[in-house]
Amino acid sequence: MAEETATAAVLVRKEPDREVLEEAFQVKVDAETRIEPKDWMPDAYRKNLIRQMSQHAHSEVVGMLPEGNWLTRAPSLKRKAILMAKIQDEGGHGLYLYSAAETLGITRDQMYDQLLDGSAKYSSIFNYPTLNWADIGAIGWLVDGAAITNQIALCRCSYGPYARAMVKICKEESFHQRQGYDIMMVMAEGTAEQRRMAQDALNRWWWPALMMFGPHDAESAHTSQSMKWKIKRSSNDELRQKFIDATVPQAEYLGLTIPDDQLAWNAAEGKYDWGEIDWDEFRNVVNGNGLCNRERLETRRKAHEGGQWVREAALAYAEKRQQRAASAPEKKEI
Amino acid sequence: MNRPETDPHFEYLLRLGDSSLILGQRLAEWCGKAPILEEELALMNIGLDLIGQARLLLSHAGQVEGRGRDEDRLAFFRDVQEWRNLLLVEQENGDFAKTMARQFLFDTFQGLQYRELAASADSTLAEIAVKSLKEAEYHQRHSRNWMLRMGDGTEESHTRLQKALDELWGYVPELFEMDEVDQAMIAAGIGIDTNALRAEWDSRVREVLSEATLTVPDVGWAVSGSRKGQHTEHLGYLLAEMQFLPRAYPDARW
Ligand SMILES: [Fe+2]
Ligand SMILES: [Fe+2]
Repeated sequence: MAEETATAAVLVRKEPDREVLEEAFQVKVDAETRIEPKDWMPDAYRKNLIRQMSQHAHSEVVGMLPEGNWLTRAPSLKRKAILMAKIQDEGGHGLYLYSAAETLGITRDQMYDQLLDGSAKYSSIFNYPTLNWADIGAIGWLVDGAAITNQIALCRCSYGPYARAMVKICKEESFHQRQGYDIMMVMAEGTAEQRRMAQDALNRWWWPALMMFGPHDAESAHTSQSMKWKIKRSSNDELRQKFIDATVPQAEYLGLTIPDDQLAWNAAEGKYDWGEIDWDEFRNVVNGNGLCNRERLETRRKAHEGGQWVREAALAYAEKRQQRAASAPEKKEI
Repeated sequence: MNRPETDPHFEYLLRLGDSSLILGQRLAEWCGKAPILEEELALMNIGLDLIGQARLLLSHAGQVEGRGRDEDRLAFFRDVQEWRNLLLVEQENGDFAKTMARQFLFDTFQGLQYRELAASADSTLAEIAVKSLKEAEYHQRHSRNWMLRMGDGTEESHTRLQKALDELWGYVPELFEMDEVDQAMIAAGIGIDTNALRAEWDSRVREVLSEATLTVPDVGWAVSGSRKGQHTEHLGYLLAEMQFLPRAYPDARW
């Protein structure tokens, strides 16, 4: 009882402090001052960022898999080299984001365990299969394209390490997008079979790409608080519209048809009108019922578990070396 | 039975390019499977270097041949018996120990090879060798480090790595074989005497194995034949996968 009272007293004394801190924090955010790792921040802000940044890192790492699916079957050596470099970039983005998230007081191992045990999410787009070579083009063009649209906004995120990571990553993503579009272009101008593959890829990736921006603003659980904290700088719907407006002319240039019969230019509003996302499908895939959900996680799990002995060996060797280094100078002194 | 006349210069470049390409393709198979993310990126990076070398070497080979075959024609439209890569590099990845052992044996060889080829009378080949030597040296540092970590790591890693070396050792003598193509290229100042590199390779490899507490295998078998198009069965599957698209749609450009 006595203890409880004491704790309560502490809490009561601390309460005004936290309010003051939170107010000062919001003033900083409103003034566009970057929040840095050692600055005070509300717990919920920290948690929200850890969730978002680790999810982003996981997406990079899982995203290597659908593209890796065509690495050994790329149709020319040049394409193989480009794809290999792209996959390497994505892994690099993952590493970079994990270490940015670590500034918030979580370790990469903890985050990775959350991915492997299914408690952390990654972008649901990577649960779709890559069935023909044009899918690699469509991923670069649409998936990296959608990612850039999101990430350009994140370059102005209030959390310094995240914002800086985004600036660096965006440069590489726009490179990926151009390379993906180039694959589509060559195929769209190619043989009848290649055009069919390109159209098929667009048919399968268009809607999932739009889903990457998340639920409509009205239904988005995290949007308003994230906007207030300037973790998010534009809403899901704004970004999605921006992506559509930029991408439709690119599809037209390829001579491909976007699989949306309600798609039409709205001259009055200067934007495209478009149909509706199948949110049942979205939820279904998020909840584990995409064609590749199990494969993606299983691949990463198998690699991790199968590599346990390698990591142990590296650790054991490092320890042995350290011991030898520690004992060597002593011997010299004698 | 006589093989059709082939230009030894073309044949020589093919051997170099094919080994780089097949090993690069093997490393690509590691995507999504490596024991740690940093290592996955390293394997992609090394594979990318090797594929880059292959592109230069095969393009050059195609030009020397003068029959209009470019790097992709050579990579995607030759069947098993037209391939000239070393048997060592077509061996399956196995576990990480086997992949790294294969890599270490090859990297050490390739570094020496490029060092000598940097003085080739074929100036294009010499340029490729100079550029690739830096890559091969970096690859060798990487695979050497893993030999030490695994050899002198845990009991399990030591056992796995020793087993991998034992399984691969019989493919080593082929690295240093010489035939009439090599002799013709040495005479022309284009090629090198790989036999003369054996002692240096041996001492480098033995030094690392000993530091890694590994035993130099004594396996009592050795196979070769890649120069005559005789390969292990693994190569056919690798090619089936790699060549599928261009073969399925031969009219397409990608
Ligand atoms: Fe990325
Ligand atoms: Fe990307």
